[in-house]
Amino acid sequence: MTSSHAHAVADHGHDPNDFAHPLPIWMLLAVFVALTVLTIITVAQASYDLGSYDVIVTMVIATIKATLVMLFFMHLAFDKPFNMIIFLSSFVFVALFIMFTLFDAKLNSPSFIPVVDEPVTTVAAP
Amino acid sequence: MATTDAVLPETHDDHGHGHDHAHPSFLAHHFDTPEQQFDSGKLGMWLFLVTEILFFSGLFCAYAIFRSLRPDVFEGCSQFLNTKLGAINTGVLLFSSLTMAWAVRCAQIEDHKGCTGMLAATLSCAMVFLGVKSIEYSHKWELGLLPPFAYSYDPNAPHHEGISWYLIYMCIPFAIGLVGLVAWLLKSLATGNTFAVNVAKPMVVVFAFFFVGVGLGTILESGEAKHEDAAHAAAGHDGESHDGAHAGEMAGEHALAATSSPAAAGISPVLERLATDDGNTGIRDDITARERQTEVAGTSVVADKSEISQPIESVPGVINTKTQAGVFFAIYYCMTGIHAIHILAGIGVMTWLLVRSVRQDFNRHYFGPVDYVGLYWHIVDLIWIYLFPLLYLIR
Repeated sequence: MTSSHAHAVADHGHDPNDFAHPLPIWMLLAVFVALTVLTIITVAQASYDLGSYDVIVTMVIATIKATLVMLFFMHLAFDKPFNMIIFLSSFVFVALFIMFTLFDAKLNSPSFIPVVDEPVTTVAAP
Repeated sequence: MATTDAVLPETHDDHGHGHDHAHPSFLAHHFDTPEQQFDSGKLGMWLFLVTEILFFSGLFCAYAIFRSLRPDVFEGCSQFLNTKLGAINTGVLLFSSLTMAWAVRCAQIEDHKGCTGMLAATLSCAMVFLGVKSIEYSHKWELGLLPPFAYSYDPNAPHHEGISWYLIYMCIPFAIGLVGLVAWLLKSLATGNTFAVNVAKPMVVVFAFFFVGVGLGTILESGEAKHEDAAHAAAGHDGESHDGAHAGEMAGEHALAATSSPAAAGISPVLERLATDDGNTGIRDDITARERQTEVAGTSVVADKSEISQPIESVPGVINTKTQAGVFFAIYYCMTGIHAIHILAGIGVMTWLLVRSVRQDFNRHYFGPVDYVGLYWHIVDLIWIYLFPLLYLIR
């Protein structure tokens, strides 16, 4: 009874039946601070003219944030690797899906409905 | 740890008589151990999350196609999205992810009070997110920034003053929920139902936080109003310069190397001489019209088309049409709307978790539900991490 109580309180119980892996609070807070800092960086970089690298920079930052969330908040860094394999495999299919659809869209774009039309309202000066 | 002490004997007795034979109440009969049950549930949750990723990838794909077709439309329309509100919402969602992960930790170490508190914090953040979102949506609907079938944005239309009806419609369900929960709280206080009080108290706070979000959004939105007026003025100006460019083109056909004012308007000397005749009113009107047009255009006459750095289509003033800005906003509402529906679903399941947490259902061998909902919540956060820069931060 007392021993099981000790396990419940301790982060890592030695009871072979214990499988819970509580994350330490400092780790949770560190991840949150890192995510907030990265968010501030993304917002700040938007006011600088980075040209066509704009999208790449924001996407790289977003991917770093996503990786942090996945590894720590979603516990993938400490989980059985099978979950990670399943999750990452979805991105393979997402990449295939988006790549092939974009190829197709590029080839067929002239046949799309005209994407330039008249303004809804007259915006000219009176 | 007082709660832990109070609960442990009960949970311990469930499996205390031998780990292999006695089935604790939380362990389904087809599982041998709590760990097996947890791992199976987690695998199922990950498979569900994979379908969620694939589901959202369709929306991201639509975004990629339309952005690659018309990057200028996305750049122009992104100006209508309030970066401040988006950034605040990003922060709120990240914080809710933190509290959710913390709630999982609390469930694992059997800190029931902490778990309930962290779930309530997560729910409150979700409500703030929705409150801010409702401000964003109602503002855009007032302006007519809608999908193609309803797109009716007019930069010259007067600004809507006062509270939007759309905002009131969106607040009504939450107001009803708040009133109902307060009533329930008072009733359970009166009847002395401790369990109901413990559930109702955090839920009242959670629903009240929706209106905190609305207030926050209103403050930030009004702060942004001045900036937006400037943006409107700029949009109007762009429209003018677009017309001016047309006039310039026309003028260019007539007089390429013109310097004097009438000639800049594309009026040839012959026309001018003809106009001196009183009978030629038509030509005189034509000249007046051309002169006015040139005035509107300013003095910059584009003489050579090869010097035009951007084609006419990419002038920001012209994207204000159903099939351009309208398509952008269709994508915007689909992506953020489906994300908001996921937030609502998350609020639903987390409310269920909160009730169970108050009931002290979770222990170190049975925290699966909190963990699975946590995974779902982090995925919702993950999608917003990508949505925010893709929609709000297009320079």
